[in-house]
Amino acid sequence: MNSNLFIVIAASAVFYGTPLLFAAMGEVLTERSGVLNLGVEGMMLLGAVAASYISNTASGPGWLVLVLCLLGAMGAAACGALIHAFAVITLRVNQTVSGLALTILAGGAGLSSYLANIWELKDPATHQFGKLDVFGLKDLPILGPVIFHQTMLTYLSWVLVVASTWYLFRTRAGLGLRAVGESPQTADSMGINVVRTRYTHTLVGGMFAGIAGAAYSLTIVPTWVDGMTSGAGWIAIALVIFGFWRPDLTMVGAYLFGALQGLAPTLQARGVDIPSAVLKSLPYLVTVVVLVIMSSGSAKRRLGAPAALGIPYEREER
Amino acid sequence: MKRSAALAALLAGSLLLGACGKADEDKATDDTTNSADGAADGAVKAAWIYVGPTTDGGWTTAHDNGRKAVEEALGDKVETTFKENIPEGPEVAAVIEDLVKDGNKIIFATSFGFGDAMKAAAEKHPDVKFEHATGIPNDIKNFGTYFGAGEESLYLSGMAAGAATKTGTIGFVAPFPIPEVIRHINAYALGVQSVNPDAVVKVVWVNSWFDPTVERQSAESLIAGGADVIANGGDSPAPGEAAKAAGVAWTGYDSDQSKDFAEVWLTAAIYDWGPYYTKQVQSVIDGDWAKGDYYGNIADGFTDLAPFGSRVDADTKAKIEAKKQEIIDGTFNVFGGPIMDQAGTEKAAEGEAVDFGEQMSMAWFVKGVDGNPEGN
Repeated sequence: MNSNLFIVIAASAVFYGTPLLFAAMGEVLTERSGVLNLGVEGMMLLGAVAASYISNTASGPGWLVLVLCLLGAMGAAACGALIHAFAVITLRVNQTVSGLALTILAGGAGLSSYLANIWELKDPATHQFGKLDVFGLKDLPILGPVIFHQTMLTYLSWVLVVASTWYLFRTRAGLGLRAVGESPQTADSMGINVVRTRYTHTLVGGMFAGIAGAAYSLTIVPTWVDGMTSGAGWIAIALVIFGFWRPDLTMVGAYLFGALQGLAPTLQARGVDIPSAVLKSLPYLVTVVVLVIMSSGSAKRRLGAPAALGIPYEREER
Repeated sequence: MKRSAALAALLAGSLLLGACGKADEDKATDDTTNSADGAADGAVKAAWIYVGPTTDGGWTTAHDNGRKAVEEALGDKVETTFKENIPEGPEVAAVIEDLVKDGNKIIFATSFGFGDAMKAAAEKHPDVKFEHATGIPNDIKNFGTYFGAGEESLYLSGMAAGAATKTGTIGFVAPFPIPEVIRHINAYALGVQSVNPDAVVKVVWVNSWFDPTVERQSAESLIAGGADVIANGGDSPAPGEAAKAAGVAWTGYDSDQSKDFAEVWLTAAIYDWGPYYTKQVQSVIDGDWAKGDYYGNIADGFTDLAPFGSRVDADTKAKIEAKKQEIIDGTFNVFGGPIMDQAGTEKAAEGEAVDFGEQMSMAWFVKGVDGNPEGN
């Protein structure tokens, strides 16, 4: 029963969708404050390399090392986010360019690879997040493999989806955050510190991206590999739009994309003869379509984009 | 006014960021092992170009161990350099030019896709020796190729897989549908069938040498489809991770992972590049380098089998060792007939063998392989 094609795909959708979910959720929080951060891919790689390093060098009980790995990943990615925050919030430079620069610095130009090199990361991570058998229910028909046989990170992401949805729409701070993203001038006049709000949420977004990176280096590919996130950061950015800047809908999108990613090998193994190039390009194709639809301003507004997204805030320009 | 100042700061900043990143990359990749300019008099400079990082734990690590063996063997008579993470694209031509300019007398490139740039450089610099691993034999007199008969080792590791499978389904996570890989899968399947005639080798194409996420997903889907032994032909150990998570056996490729994957490890086809590299560099030092298309094998010690894991029983080990001896003695040919393709057409009759040229351009799967040799 549980080897049914759909159940296998659903289970892998959740597994491979988890890092997408973390990264996209972080970007939702960042963008809600009006800051666009295209550096997600780079921050994920920083998180991944830090987690891999700590996993292989820290000593202590396994759970403690894993917690340290996550903290390290969050810290490393937040450092990347801090560069972006300083550039776009304090210096008010173009957000697109700064975000791209961050991804190039950490990924393409090789800061993450450089760190991996000097740290000599080549063995599989000593401590990894393995799949759990929650309540002993992993063999439960249908739901077992999908819900009760995932890693701790997946369960953490569910908690964070609930927490961040609640934070955004049910708390005063969340209201303040949305106000900053919609109209920083108004928020400022209401006494909300725009700069602090933007800094905080850019850093928090970075931390989420760091966990997403750790999901790669400690779960999916538990060995450091240069550029191991292979474009997941870009998919995460598209997912934010896909999820209308809401954590709950972003989760649906993340699992949909996770399923698309796993489709090519799964169908091949079942002898379904669809060119794998077509299947492999599906997530990116969907990403492009989403970005095209969203490129018109009016569509963006209708779908809930923060009105001040990408626009630097300058007090004296009131 | 303020905005344009900010823009200028941004431009400067992003240039700076770019420059930092670049510098880091240079540091990481431009690793001259013996001191660059203060080389001992008369030391010959030799360079290696790698497609992946030296830490990939597979293909590139094996080549870099070969480079280290050269240093070990030839000491201060040689000065080695390597460039890692070089993409199979236009960049490699510039890398080769740099290496020539730096005075390297012999340059090894270790990935198939470097071929065109190496060929062009060989024609341009007749005084430098070029060597291309897995390359296509050619008629340029300073451009040699080298590789090994991995199929012999793959046949032997297939025997271990055939003995280990209970479901009769073995999953092969394959990189690209090119003759080299098809030849290896066929040899592996023939090894499987020699101990387990009804077992099937199911192939999933990754379409990359190195994409750990997809390699792992492919292995997982093969396991979900009933495979209880996983094999791979790509450069990452990710299929082994999937095997480990599911508790099924694994035969690796081109690196000994028996320590990190003890619970699931069977064995792997491995290459030892060191002796060949040492010999070639030595011949440049002696001035008698000659162009060749080297194809090493188990008898030479160029290819071999990694240590067996605990999942391989004594009986199977003995059978494999015996077969290995037959290969060394030349009494057994991996592609000796009768060999049928997937459709049941005879490719080699009893007493004959698939000839070498056909092996080098193989585009068909043997019977018992479940997959599309044209890729997917």
